[in-house]
Order: sequence, then C-alpha cells, then structure tokens
Amino acid sequence: MRSYDNRKLFFVYIFILAFIALGVRIFYIQIIDPTYKTLAEKNTLRYVYEYPQRGTIYDANGKILAGWRPIYNLAIIPYELEPFDTNYIAQLLATDTKLLKTKIEKNKKMGGYQPIIIYEDIPDAAVSYFFEHESEFKGIIVEKRFMRNYPLKTGAHFLGYISEASPKKIEEDSYYQMGDYVGVTGLEEFYEKELRGHKGVKVYVADVHNRIVDSYKKGQLDSTMINGKDLYTSIDADLQQYGEELMQNKRGAIVAINPQTGEILALISAPSYDPNLLTGRERNKNYIMLSNDNKNHTLYNRATMTRYPPGSTFKIVNGLAALQENFIDEKTSFGCYGGYRIGSHTIGCHGHPSPVNIISGIQYSCNTFFCQVFKVFVDNKYFGKSSIGYERWRYYVNSLGFGVSLGVDLPNEYSGFVPTSEYYNRLKGTRNWKADGIVSVAIGQGEIGATPLQLANLAAIIANKGWYIPPHIVRAIGHPDSLNARYKNKIIVPINEKYFNFIVEGMEKAVTSGTARIAQLPEIRVAAKTGTAQDPPRKSHSVFIAFGPVDNPKIAIAVLVENAGWGASYGGPIASLMMEKYLTDTIKRTDLENRMKAADFLIK
Amino acid sequence: MQQNKNRKFPPDIIIISIYIILSIIGLISIYSASYQEGVNFFSLSFKYLHVKQFIWIITGILLFVLIIYTSPHLFSNAAEIFYGVILVLLFLVLVIGAIVGGNRAWLDISNGIRLQPSEFAKYTTALLISKIWSDPDAKTNINKTMRNVLIVIAIPMLLIFLQKDIGTMLIFFAFILALYREGLPSYIIFIGFWFIIVFILSFLIKQFILLLILTAITLILIFIYRKKRKLIIRFVEIYIISIILIIGVNYFYNMLMPHHQERIEVMLGLKDDPKGASWNLRQSMIAIGSGGLTGKGFLQGSQTQMKFVPEQTTDFIFCAIGEEWGFIGVLVVLSLYLLLLLRIIKLAERQRSIFSRVYGYSVASLLFFHIFINIGMTVGLMPVIGIPLPFISYGGSSYWAFTLLLATFVNLDMYHNDVI
Repeated sequence: MRSYDNRKLFFVYIFILAFIALGVRIFYIQIIDPTYKTLAEKNTLRYVYEYPQRGTIYDANGKILAGWRPIYNLAIIPYELEPFDTNYIAQLLATDTKLLKTKIEKNKKMGGYQPIIIYEDIPDAAVSYFFEHESEFKGIIVEKRFMRNYPLKTGAHFLGYISEASPKKIEEDSYYQMGDYVGVTGLEEFYEKELRGHKGVKVYVADVHNRIVDSYKKGQLDSTMINGKDLYTSIDADLQQYGEELMQNKRGAIVAINPQTGEILALISAPSYDPNLLTGRERNKNYIMLSNDNKNHTLYNRATMTRYPPGSTFKIVNGLAALQENFIDEKTSFGCYGGYRIGSHTIGCHGHPSPVNIISGIQYSCNTFFCQVFKVFVDNKYFGKSSIGYERWRYYVNSLGFGVSLGVDLPNEYSGFVPTSEYYNRLKGTRNWKADGIVSVAIGQGEIGATPLQLANLAAIIANKGWYIPPHIVRAIGHPDSLNARYKNKIIVPINEKYFNFIVEGMEKAVTSGTARIAQLPEIRVAAKTGTAQDPPRKSHSVFIAFGPVDNPKIAIAVLVENAGWGASYGGPIASLMMEKYLTDTIKRTDLENRMKAADFLIK
Repeated sequence: MQQNKNRKFPPDIIIISIYIILSIIGLISIYSASYQEGVNFFSLSFKYLHVKQFIWIITGILLFVLIIYTSPHLFSNAAEIFYGVILVLLFLVLVIGAIVGGNRAWLDISNGIRLQPSEFAKYTTALLISKIWSDPDAKTNINKTMRNVLIVIAIPMLLIFLQKDIGTMLIFFAFILALYREGLPSYIIFIGFWFIIVFILSFLIKQFILLLILTAITLILIFIYRKKRKLIIRFVEIYIISIILIIGVNYFYNMLMPHHQERIEVMLGLKDDPKGASWNLRQSMIAIGSGGLTGKGFLQGSQTQMKFVPEQTTDFIFCAIGEEWGFIGVLVVLSLYLLLLLRIIKLAERQRSIFSRVYGYSVASLLFFHIFINIGMTVGLMPVIGIPLPFISYGGSSYWAFTLLLATFVNLDMYHNDVI
C-alpha cells in the first residue's frame, strides 16, 4: 500500500507560507504604509459646531415674511450612547416606544462621535426634562437649532422652504453635513449662502478615553460662527395677501412689478398653501400631502415656472416689432371682415369698427390686423425669405423678454418658448414656409409660451416706454440700505420710445372704450390689454396685463387664471382690484371683489 | 520494544505552554478591548468581559486536566455518541435558539449564559471522521469510507448553514485539508480550488460569459485528453457541477444574510460603503496599521479604546493586539500559533494509531483555518467572516471547544505508542 507520509511536508509548507503572507501584509500596513496612522489620528478629532441663525426675510414695509423660532432637536452620539428608560422618554416625546427603539438602533449602527439627530423639534416638556437630568443620559444631547416660522402665512412659493440636506447635497458641497438645514426652492434656495451664514467649528483632539485634551493644530482649522444675513424684499405683504385671497380656489398666477425699479410687489401662484405647513414636526407628512396633489400641483410656482400661451397680450409685441422696422406706421390700416383667411381656414375676429390701425387694433384686440402685420413683416421681400424675416421678428420678441430668462432671483426660472426658424423648418419639413403657415404666433397662440412673470415685465416695459430693470424680489441684503448688486442696470429695448406711445394709447383706449373696460379706476389713468389663451379642449385661460397710472407708472401687473374664459372675465377684474388695492389702499368695488373670491376653478 | 508498549508518556509541555500563554494574551487583550475607565483588572464583577473570560479560562484548564486523565479509548469509543448529542443540540438551536448578531446559533442555558453548539460540532466531527478513517476495513472499501466521511461532515454543515452562520460552516472545509494527509487524491484539492475560483468569478462576470468560458475550457481539455475516457468523464462531471454552482450562486446569494452579501461584495471590491461592512474592515485596518513597530502601549490604542472597531473582543480581537503591541506583538502571536501548528503536525506523525494521526491533522487544519481566516480578515486579506481567534477571542463556547480539541490531542499523544 502506498504511503502518504511525504504529504506531511505539504502541511508544513502551507502553514509556513500562509503565516509569512500574514506577516508580510501586517508589516506592510504597520511599518511601510503611513496612511493608517493619519486616519487613526483623524478618528481622534472631535468637531464641535455652533449653528448660526438664519437670516430673516422682510417685506417692503418691514413686516416679517419668514422669521425663525428656536427649536430643540434630540440627537444621539452612537459611540457614547448608554441604555436608558425608553418607555418614559417615548412618552415625553409623544412617540411610540418601539419607533424610538428602532430609530436609536438604526442610527447607533452608523457609529462615530458625531451627533445624529433622531427627533426634531421635541416638545417643551422633553427639553426641560433633558436639561434637568443631563447627567443621567450618556450619549444623548439636546441641540438648539432654528426653524422658520411665517407669521403672515403668505408668499409660500417665492419664499421656498427649508429641509435637511440630502445625501446628494452633502456630497456636492462639503459645507453641509448630515442634519444640516438647507433652503429648497424660492428665495431660501436662491439666497442660501447669504441666508445661512456660516457655522462655527472648533476641532479638538480627544484622548483614548474620549476626553478632549487639546485643540487641534492650535485651532488652525477652527472657524467662528457668522449669522445669516437678512433679506429685505420689495414684496408688499398686504398686496400679496390680497392677491392670494383673490386667487383662492383657482389655478394661475399674479405678478405685480414696480416698473421704475423692477422690484416685484407681489408674486402669487395659485393654489397656494400656508408656508408653516413645511416647517416643524409635521413637515414631512405635509410635504408628502402637498406633493401628491397631482391635479392642481400646489407646490409648483406657476408665476415663474409655467409656460402659457400669452394670447392677445402678445399682439403688442408683434405690433412693436413691425413699427420699429417701419413695415407699418400709425396710419397703416387693414379692414377686418370677421376674420383672417388662410386658404379655407379662418382665424375669427369679433365685431368692432373696421378698418383698424395699430391703436384701434389694440383697443379692440383685432385678430385680423395683427395677422396682416405679421404677414407684412415676415413675408416682406426685403428679407428675401420668410424664415429670415421671422428671425428678425424673433429678435424683437426676445428683446422684449420672451423666450429668454429674465434673471429673476428665484431658482429654476423658465425661459418660456419662442420657436426658431430652424424649429419650423423641421416642423414643416421645408425651408420655404410662409407667414400664413405660422400666423397663430402673431396673436400669442400656437407654439409661443410665456410665463406670467414675462407678461408682467412686458407691462413694465410699456409703462417705461422702452426699458426695464430685470424683475427681482430682494431689494437689499444684510442691511436695508445695501442694495442688491445683481439688479442695478437698466436694459434698453431696441424699439423707439415714440412707438410705445401708440401702444399706450391703444391700451388706454381699451380701458376707456375697448375690451378692457373692467379695469377702469376713478381718477387714475390705466392702460391694459386682455388676452384669451386657448387651451383646448378645456376652457381658455383668462390673461390680463395692465399698468397705471399712465403718466407716472407705479404698478405693472399680469394676471393669468387657468381655464377661466375671456381675459376680461376674471384676469381683468383681479388685475384691476390689485391695482385699486395698491394705488388707493381701499376697495370700493366689493361686489366684484366678492365675486372674484367666490369663483372656483380648481380641478376636483 | 515490548516494554515501550502501553507506556504512558507525559503530556506535551510545548503545546500546554503555548495554550496557556495564548490564553493569557487573550485575557489581557479582552481587558483592553472592553476597558472602561475606573475598572481595575482585578475588579471582580461578572459584568466585565475579562472577568467572565477568566472564569472560562480557569474552567477550561480544569477541563484540560480532566481530559488528560481520561482513558484515550473513550474518545474513539464514544465518538458516535458525542457526534449524535451535538447534532441534537444543533437541531434544538434551529427550533428554540436565541438570535445573536443575526445568527440563530445559541442555546439559552440560564439567564445570560448561552451555549453555541456549532463550536463543539467541529470537535465531535473530528472525532467521528478519525474513527471512520481508522476502521480496519476503511482501506478495503475506500469509496464507501470517503462517502461516509463526507456525509459526517455535510450534516453539521447543513444544520449550521440553516442557522445562517456561514463562517462556522466554511470552517468544516478544514477536514478536507486534514484528509489530504491520509491519501485523499490531490485532484480533490484542485477541484476544491477550481470551485472556489468559479464561485468568486460568478460574482464578477456575467453568468452567460462565464458559462461560455467554462464550455470553451472543457472542450479544449476534452480535445487534449481525447484518448483518456476516464478523464473526459471527470471533466464533464466537473463541468456540470460548475454550471450548477454558477446558477446556484445567485439563488444561494439571495439566501445569505444582507450583511454577508455586503461583506462578500466589499471583499470583491464591488461595493464601498463607509458605514457598512467595509467600515468594519477599514477601522480594523486603521487600528492595526497605526500600531507601528512597538505599538501604542497597553490601554493606549485610540482605535481600540474609542471602540471604533466593532466586535473587537470577539472576531476583531487581533486589532487590539496589533494596535497596542505593534508589529512585535503581532510577531509574537503569529510565532506562537505557527509553533503550535508545527508541533501538532510533528506529534501527529509519531502516532502509532491512525485514529490519533487523523485526529491530530484535523486539529491542526481546524486551528489553521481559524487563525488564517480571522487574522486575514482583520487586515483585508480574507472576507469578513465572523469566526473566533483560537484561545484569544472572548467567548466560553469557543474557548471550551478549542480546549477540548487540543486537550484530547494531548491525551492521545500521551499514548502515542498504543493502538487506540
């Protein structure tokens, strides 16, 4: 029989080889590779943070739109945590014992000496209990932080809200750590750096028993806490609140601008919500409730993020372009025989005197006139080709703030949509299309999309007769006198002031004896233009732009009410009431006001 | 020669010395790894781990003495009974076991005291396969013997697998290594390696591509050895088992505990999660790596004292040694272990009875697997598998089980000229 005695050596070799492998590996990490020594030192560092107070957001009259209140968060330090009476603490926290236990266990596993928040904004009874019995709890701390509150409950959309920094945010920006707050949407996001301030940090070295023995590198890495800066906005809280009341139970937006400064007086997106819903203990639950609103999209800021067809308000833009290029003048007139005919199809018009020029065209909002103007412009022989004519037309449209971002101080501003000639080349499958093929853009229908903010800005440009300062909410940062450096420059529109006079005259006539008579205010000269933006198969959107007083414009406004019908039906009255409120501070037309407040266009 | 027969030799002093030195090293390390301020080494309270371990060591040494004075024939005669009792306990664990650290591996004896039968299963399995292999008829029907041995190994493995204690289950592969000494064909070791490689590749390569590669290799081998029918049949067998393995991996993988899945993924570099399994490994390597040549000193290891390393009194006890005693401490421990293993091999070779020799090799292989995998995992050479470091890790069951294992071999060696 064969003997396997020599296999003894196999074992001896395997054992020796394996132990040499272990020895070499350990020699390498202990003696050769220095990284582990640095990492071990890092593990002995303790970071103590001091949290700044977030800046307050004021309205134009010094009222607090977004303030703060102190809250207390319960945090655990995983490596220091010792068992405690969870039943009693759960009772104090008004929570379930089981839930508390799972939260603790889950976070304990994260390890480390950095506090992890497990309960936010804990009840007062719990705060005082923890402070009184501090010595009985190891590894549990109560941290003071600041949370927003909104005494006026207004302006939810432009203010935005605050949330805990997401893992993605923490990865992108090393300033943030788990449990830090960060502004999401609105001014909170746009001015996050100014509002948040800078948290203070002190780095210490701990000994092996986790006692702090010294500051790290003589405090080289330390920084002092800097409180956040306050924001002084141009929002008129009364006007804002009034607008929200008028827009209740509707979908749409109001934007009111002071044309002389570009400052936004009110910015309403409807339906709106109480911003206090997204602060405090219930905020996650409330957020889910609001974001689940798939019918009316409450959280969405329609004023700056939604694209609507501007409807007849856009005729002004079309007219200004043609005037500036001298394709028409104030005497140019076209006959209107109930509509504009393209082959067998007709763009209808309503009854009004004929023929019309630029002034009466705006006064009566004549579709035929502006289709003719567009055709004269785009198909003009001067350009040789309609697509070249269209590009020239688009240049004026862009210069009046459409199809471009205006640079408002809110995140995710939508630029709207003005198609390029290239877009039509692809759409039509040819480069030889004519004005008639795309004529609906002449009257603000078809592909054209604009935000309510852009419409309000158009009203401001007309009020100023040819210039604007980009619309913005924040007037000053840190101190009421330190003006927002972002918004200093006037932007001059490449259209002569005299052409604006025709438009203003037409818009004033629309108010005195045209389509916008609803906007009349006693003793105040108002200019306005209606719009009815088609949204088939549903009812049209009611659009309205206005400004006043004409001789010294103080407010330019755009109102859009989704699926509410003609421009003069809801958009007009609401815009007019807003102007009445702002310019006279009293509402005389209470019947109209009540009718507007009562209207309900929400999708049920 | 005659007068030498049935002579009782004194117990091996080298093995006993190493056993006691390692136990003391363990006790000191546990004290350091569980150190709380104000707790003296001589604080006699049972709530402290080092005091408990002290009790396990004292009772363990008593057990050692008891075993030495036992008749060597008991172990081979009662091997089936021991084996059977442990199987029953393993069954019981599955029914009424307590769950600790995600594994259902413990039996509650009385308040606070728990028994882990799977630790003792290694011992009883070693006894029984030694007995089967040393049977006078074993060599006449080698296939039947091999089959029986595999069954004896497989049953406790299955029960321990059902407890989801993958680490302890894998340790049973040590017996395959042990039997290599007894003439287990070399190709079985090669096939074992082959399956381990296929197993790991099935995580890394897409199933389809791996099957393609496998088929190609098999076809090439068949072509090369086309004249040897026996070999071809073997290749086809391995091919089929490999396919089953690859397809089974997915299924098997989904059966694993999430923390085991994670550990495998971290080991294979598929996942880097700073707070999950790789966190443990990272902190463990920081602890050992920062130890330097001479270490930070007793109770002065920041990683150990600040409890950065999880399970540092049990699976990761080696970190405390590496950090506080440095490379010198590591060399001392490694040398003691290597000396112990080589000594066991040397003594096993002088056994007259096959039973004692097989048992000796089983002890050496089991200890080797434990030491290599445990230390290997703390420095990132091996996946993080929760198994104790012999004689050093905290725990009564494992300490007693290793004591039994070693003491029984010392006893058998005292009668190495006998036929047992």
